[in-house]
Amino acid sequence: MGIGKCITMAFSSIMNNKGRSFLTMLGIIIGVAAVIALMSMMNGLTNMITSTFEDMGTEMISVSITARGQTRQITPEEMEDLVDDNPTVLRAVTPRITVGGTVKNGSESVTSSATGVSSEYSDIINLDLAVGRFISYMDVEQNNNVCVIGSYIARELFGTIECLDSDLKINGTKFRVVGVIEESADSEAGSDDDCIYIPYTIAITMSRSNIVNNYTISAVSEETLDQAMAVIKRFCYENLGNEDYYNVISMRELIDMMQDMLGTMEVALVVIAGISLLVAGIGIMNIMLVTVTERTREIGIRKSLGAKKRHIMQQFVIEAGTISSVGGIFGIILGGAMSTLFGKLVEIDSAPSPGAIALAFGVSLSIGLLFGFLPANKAAKLNPIDALRYE
Amino acid sequence: MRFDFLNNKNNDKDEIKEESGAPLVKFEDIYKIYQMGDTAVHALDGISLEINRGEFVAIVGQSGSGKSTCMNIMGCLDTPTSGTYLLNGRDISAYKDDELAEVRNKMLGFIFQQYNLIPKLTVEENVALPLLYAGLGDRERRERAMESLRRVGLEDKAKNKPAQLSGGQQQRASIARALAGNPSVILADEPTGALDSRTGREVMEFLQKLNEEGNTIVLITHDNSIAARAKRIVRITDGKIVYDGPVEGDKIVASRMSAGG
Repeated sequence: MGIGKCITMAFSSIMNNKGRSFLTMLGIIIGVAAVIALMSMMNGLTNMITSTFEDMGTEMISVSITARGQTRQITPEEMEDLVDDNPTVLRAVTPRITVGGTVKNGSESVTSSATGVSSEYSDIINLDLAVGRFISYMDVEQNNNVCVIGSYIARELFGTIECLDSDLKINGTKFRVVGVIEESADSEAGSDDDCIYIPYTIAITMSRSNIVNNYTISAVSEETLDQAMAVIKRFCYENLGNEDYYNVISMRELIDMMQDMLGTMEVALVVIAGISLLVAGIGIMNIMLVTVTERTREIGIRKSLGAKKRHIMQQFVIEAGTISSVGGIFGIILGGAMSTLFGKLVEIDSAPSPGAIALAFGVSLSIGLLFGFLPANKAAKLNPIDALRYE
Repeated sequence: MRFDFLNNKNNDKDEIKEESGAPLVKFEDIYKIYQMGDTAVHALDGISLEINRGEFVAIVGQSGSGKSTCMNIMGCLDTPTSGTYLLNGRDISAYKDDELAEVRNKMLGFIFQQYNLIPKLTVEENVALPLLYAGLGDRERRERAMESLRRVGLEDKAKNKPAQLSGGQQQRASIARALAGNPSVILADEPTGALDSRTGREVMEFLQKLNEEGNTIVLITHDNSIAARAKRIVRITDGKIVYDGPVEGDKIVASRMSAGG
């Protein structure tokens, strides 16, 4: 007996019991939809986060010095010398000093933080200015009280991004706005648009610590990133004398770590969603056992006409497989719709991948075949005389 | 898409149907014993019987006489506790389930009291079922099923569901199904039991016609008047054969028994 014939029979059996078949499929539909939706959403999210980080430049390296209270430090000048001494692998460096506080323009005020950087900073992290200029070398050298602000700060304090040469106060110190950064995140609080850059020399004074603990260095290219890292690590070790006193990490490593983390999270979520597929499989097994009992007489008739065990097995296993794969297809459609809708809402591309669809279909088909096996075996082992006599 | 490797194409086993000199059915001292708690019930108590090609035999007995067990064993639905069953000269007493299924498919055609048509399949699909399990292709199945339906005069009902047919028509459909596989023996188990007397008579006339065409028919019934339509009667009481011979001789036995009972 051909598989095609069995599938046709399975479909007519599903159609004869529409309500029951649908309820049986529901478990598979929900399970598959959950798996598809989770996989696609996590994928879209990972891609979105990764590309955001990659936009900032994958050749970025962050150095943080954790040796607090130690006498040995690395000064901005020493870092600049390092970059100058290694022009084949290192391109630029900027200190990073964060000063948190209140930013005011008259009665308008926001709570934010200012970052002290050098003039290289805008190149290192690919900043684009909407108006004005970035902090210059002279600003740093001459301790000029100038600042470059994000569009969020500009709108909050001045109501417009056209606010060049306006004054604002950070923790009471007066700064002149020389540039406003291009809007990149809808000008929301806490976003990339919520930022203030000032010359690091001033930031050192404002932070009252006289030391710089964080640097951002850009390597010449991603290909020479490993050599750049090695140069920086050696330099830090020579200056600080202990591996625990500093931490050098590249943007690439950060992205990889984050992708690992998101990947683990995805696996965990999919496994949880997968449990519902297991439950759905048990539901199919249950309904197939009922079906076998209901069709005992039919099985008896078929056997009396010469059906062998494998014919009966095949019929019921394929019927279970058909129920679960039809459920799987509906689940894929539902899950695909859910993740696409989610993608539209948060503006990421989260269409289900062909791999996820193939996996979901494969899993649902195998669940049907696996859980259909026991009932089918029960059917195949029926004694034809008893089956024929069954009412 | 065809998966031919799944199809049962054991044509070599068709040789089981080849005519041998041996009787078609031969029971040699067949016992069927059921263990009911402590007591052993002898459903068949040493039956020996021979049926040749072209015969029309009625196996008659009251309920509980063992005639159903006899028919189950003859129909390869059951195996004897002891004794030898030679079907067309082959000892099938030790055959396994799937081998018996093969024998049923190739050698036997069943006609049941309750017709036993599958309700959700059309009449044609029902008739084609034995051919499906014999591994025939779509076209050949359909052709042979239709031919079989023509023989019983139901070709116009081929696409109907069994429930749309009258009892007599359903029984004719089940006869068509029994004929479809071109079996060596047709086993009819109370074929008129669920029919009114007129339709029952028609079915019996049809079976007689089939017998005249050369088919071997074994009829199982409790009804003496139905049994009288056969050419030979085997009367079973308490698992033993009490009469085996032409219809005329059975009348004496039957009347003696009913007088005695």
